[in-house]
Amino acid sequence: MQRKWEEFFIEKSLFIAAISSIIIIFLILAFIWGEGLPAIDAVGFFNFIFGTEWSPSHDLYGVLPMIVGSLYITGLSLLFAVPLSLCCAIFLAEIAPSNMRKILKPTIQALAGIPSVIYGFFGLIVLVPVIREQFGGSGFSILTASLILTVMILPTITSIAEDAIRSIPHEYKEASFGLGATQWQTIKNVLIPAAIPGIITAIILGLGRAIGETMAVIMVAGNVAKIPNSIFDPARALTANIALEMGYAQGLHYNALFATGIVLFFLIVILLVVTNYIHYKKGVTIGGGYL
Amino acid sequence: MKYKMESIDLNVYFDEAHILKDVNLKIHEKTVTSLIGPSGCGKSTFIRTLNRMNDLIDTFKMSGTVKLDDEDIYDSKVDVVEVRKRIGMVFQKPNPFPKSIFENVAYGLKTHGMSNKELLKERVEESLKAAALWDEVKDKLDMSAMGLSGGQQQRLCIARTIAVNPEVILMDEPCSALDPISTTKIEDLIHKLKNEFTIIIVTHNMQQATRVSKHTAFFLHGEIVESGLTDKLFLEPEDKRTEDYITGRFG
Repeated sequence: MQRKWEEFFIEKSLFIAAISSIIIIFLILAFIWGEGLPAIDAVGFFNFIFGTEWSPSHDLYGVLPMIVGSLYITGLSLLFAVPLSLCCAIFLAEIAPSNMRKILKPTIQALAGIPSVIYGFFGLIVLVPVIREQFGGSGFSILTASLILTVMILPTITSIAEDAIRSIPHEYKEASFGLGATQWQTIKNVLIPAAIPGIITAIILGLGRAIGETMAVIMVAGNVAKIPNSIFDPARALTANIALEMGYAQGLHYNALFATGIVLFFLIVILLVVTNYIHYKKGVTIGGGYL
Repeated sequence: MKYKMESIDLNVYFDEAHILKDVNLKIHEKTVTSLIGPSGCGKSTFIRTLNRMNDLIDTFKMSGTVKLDDEDIYDSKVDVVEVRKRIGMVFQKPNPFPKSIFENVAYGLKTHGMSNKELLKERVEESLKAAALWDEVKDKLDMSAMGLSGGQQQRLCIARTIAVNPEVILMDEPCSALDPISTTKIEDLIHKLKNEFTIIIVTHNMQQATRVSKHTAFFLHGEIVESGLTDKLFLEPEDKRTEDYITGRFG
């Protein structure tokens, strides 16, 4: 009898622990929603999303420059980070001798543990002057932020993609080698296609980290709330918009920052849906077959 | 009778473990040779040494010689990819790629540079026919190979192997994961293939060895106890240990 109660108790407490974290997320969402909606109401949905002027002192709240800024910075950093991380992952999973891997893997993972303010600081001191000298302008730019983000998301994408490649059954590799394929042919034609779902998961997580990053981006992106013309222009990310102005915002301005949060939330949801869709498509068709 | 492959004083180690001890074996061309013996006797290690599959294992060390047509395949001048092209392998567990049936058979051909679609189609059909699988899959070549039964998957793996036209086919307990009917089909297939290929098969099943092979080698604790014509080895074994094993006294 006592054992039965014990089971019941443990089961229920696990359930409560699991459900409470979900409830907290919903509470946060409800709060942002409640605080942000009045601003979207007051400014108008289209004026808010597609407005190109963000000027709280003139009561102008157009968030488009920040949407563009976030997409630019995230997109460019993925463009740099994905090929680089995949090369890293392939090298670690298939080519590196085991003792080299034992050193490299923790090193790359350690990159993920460095606080973002340190990355930002490094970018500010080292990267900004280099970009200024090479490409002109202030040096605070989309490119600078993307480069810093590349380094920040590299470990995430690398380690998850590496796990994906390593988890491919050894039998596939043997079969390919047994047919006289070279190592590179095996990697390219068997291992990577089979690891695609895991690689896409890795990219999604990297994307999430890049779009949500605030501190490092604030420190090097220039934060001008204007639609950028090129990657050498400064830009302001959605996250930066909230963090920079939250300290002194009041009234409609305050609500508009929460509304920025709603936009960020939806942007992430849309990107997740799109990538999940690709994931699903790729997951079921590898090389013309159905899995 | 010509010897296709030969191992001379072959010793294999994984780390400190001495797996194969002075193994000398000659493989006759275009016949089937069975390797029998209890689990852990080194027969699988031996067969994987013949196409340098053990190279994939970090702790693998060997001494001695393995010859294919009088050429040492472990010579530093030899291209391992070329060796594996000439010596195909069928594994214990059917291991088709997670690709379509067609792509599975075409994989080796494409790997070796064949890109002509018509030629590929022709070769895939030929190979599937040779592996006695064509009639079962001809209408669903674009389906994933993962949807086939275990026996069909194993025949697909054989088709994939013969598609690249090797000289030797190594089979590492190809029927151990299959039901009796699939096993019979594979054995029939082996009979058909031995006219064209030199086949070396590792098997746990002594009846299978007598059914499919002309020559048999008996492995025990990493050594070859006895080898020779299958009929002779099973009917009049020279060594007491061989007799004990084939009469089921151990193993």
